[in-house]
Amino acid sequence: MPAIEVQDLTRSFGDLIAVDHISFVIEDGETFGLLGPNGAGKTTAISMLSTILEPTSGHAEVNGLDITKEQDGVRKSIGIVFQDQSLDEELTAYENMDFHARLYRLEKSVRHEKITGLLRLVGLEERKDDLVKTYSGGMRRRLEIARGLLHEPKVLFLDEPTLGLDPQTRNHLWEYIDRLNREKGITVILTTHYMEEADRLCRRVAIIDRGKIVAMDTPDRLKEQIGGEVITVRSPDPDEVCRVIRAPWAGRVEKHADSVTIGVQNAEEHITELVTLLTANQIPIRSIALRKPTLEDVFLHFTGRTIREEEAGAKDAMRRVHRAFTRR
Amino acid sequence: MDIIHAIWLRSMKRYLRSKSRIVGSLAMPVFFLLFLGFGLNSVVSIPGMGQGYIGFLIPGMIAMSVLFTSVFSGIQIIWDKQFGFLKETLVAPVSRLEIMLGQTLGGATTAFIQGIFIMVLSLFLGIDIQNAFGFLLAFVFMLLIGISFTAFGIAIASKMEDMHGFQLIMNFVVFPIFGLSGALFPIESLPAFIKPITLLDPLTYGVEGIRYGLTGVSQINPVICLAALGGFAVVMTVIGAYFFRKIRI
Repeated sequence: MPAIEVQDLTRSFGDLIAVDHISFVIEDGETFGLLGPNGAGKTTAISMLSTILEPTSGHAEVNGLDITKEQDGVRKSIGIVFQDQSLDEELTAYENMDFHARLYRLEKSVRHEKITGLLRLVGLEERKDDLVKTYSGGMRRRLEIARGLLHEPKVLFLDEPTLGLDPQTRNHLWEYIDRLNREKGITVILTTHYMEEADRLCRRVAIIDRGKIVAMDTPDRLKEQIGGEVITVRSPDPDEVCRVIRAPWAGRVEKHADSVTIGVQNAEEHITELVTLLTANQIPIRSIALRKPTLEDVFLHFTGRTIREEEAGAKDAMRRVHRAFTRR
Repeated sequence: MDIIHAIWLRSMKRYLRSKSRIVGSLAMPVFFLLFLGFGLNSVVSIPGMGQGYIGFLIPGMIAMSVLFTSVFSGIQIIWDKQFGFLKETLVAPVSRLEIMLGQTLGGATTAFIQGIFIMVLSLFLGIDIQNAFGFLLAFVFMLLIGISFTAFGIAIASKMEDMHGFQLIMNFVVFPIFGLSGALFPIESLPAFIKPITLLDPLTYGVEGIRYGLTGVSQINPVICLAALGGFAVVMTVIGAYFFRKIRI
């Protein structure tokens, strides 16, 4: 039985379609990433799968339970770490955990043991009796993850788990999530707009843009689709660059603002050729860069925009969602 | 029951930690009691009331303390909404009714304790308690006021986006409820056209009930008070639960 099965799941707010007929299957024990810019519909998708939000149409099952018909069953079998903090700052870490344990009806006899065990696991045992308001961002995140695991869920949802954390803490958290997945066999589904995070943690990635899944595969295979390497040429005249590159070795040629990316096999051999070609056509070059493709390139390829360009537009989308919400 | 208890327990922990809130919300009824009580004690005499104006005022101040604390406790759900904690409770495999009842009992208990503070204080101000039964009766009325108005606060908070509307509710809803309740003056002395309004005010029955319990004198029959306030508590809980069920996060 797959951990999660989603079919044509859709959610609209007024006339804005936040999630548009997405379908995917996540196997038991997999780490699966929903990658996309802010406002792409990732959180909306997660909210539906965790039964906080009703879908407009479509069907989804978590651990074989229907998300609209068996909400309590779904809730018992999942753990969730929200994008925004959801701790009670006026309580201590231990009390936050204890509240959660009671809420999920954990037996009194095992409560204490489980709580201390998990707090040790995330390295908060020594500060367990401190009020959460004295915690740093990274500590709060770790506490939330520990809390999400308290009732031994089969599936763990992480909505932007490392948003706003410093690189060191982020690394730490990645290692931790990785270990959870490997050692405890927990299925992890996470959303992120950090390419690196998806690359590092996820066995499979679904790229989501404007509510639709535009590509889904392992990070490696997604990158292979782009071609062996990527040459980026920055030039004041990108149209001309596109026009003159007609060599058989050049794969996909794409223009973005003031740069052109070219998918190439064995790029080292062709880079001089490229420079000669451009100089011969008197096209000025600002810079040339050669690198392995990243998920950023994959995103660019499938959406035609960089993730940053996309986020600027996404703010408007979120405003629209907010308005649609508050109008009621 | 476990869930209700868990949520109640959280309210208690938070309450006991918020020393400034405990003191802060006692200030107003205490000042009222001192300024109005002592200020007017010699010039106001209430017919049929043996214990002077201050004796008349004390039950009103207890009710006031319970009223304001409970409304505030209910409205606090907005903080939970804004700080994200509400999500944690709403995504758990528990019914919203349990959550709401836990919140209501938590709020009612804190309000009740605040009322007790005023009550204890009033013993020093020389109120003459009639008997132990009256004391217990006053407790019952305090709890009912607490439940009613915490539920009222929850209903409002479920509909409100943020704390901006809080002042509006306090000034235009809660304060009139207090003012019209006969906490400060006897209902009998009001002009005939206002009297029916005070009888529509649920707090009137709470104030009169506590007054009967503590001083043995009331203008409304305590049985009627109990029925009216008990009914109101039930209705408010149902309304609060209804709105809380529809809360959006």
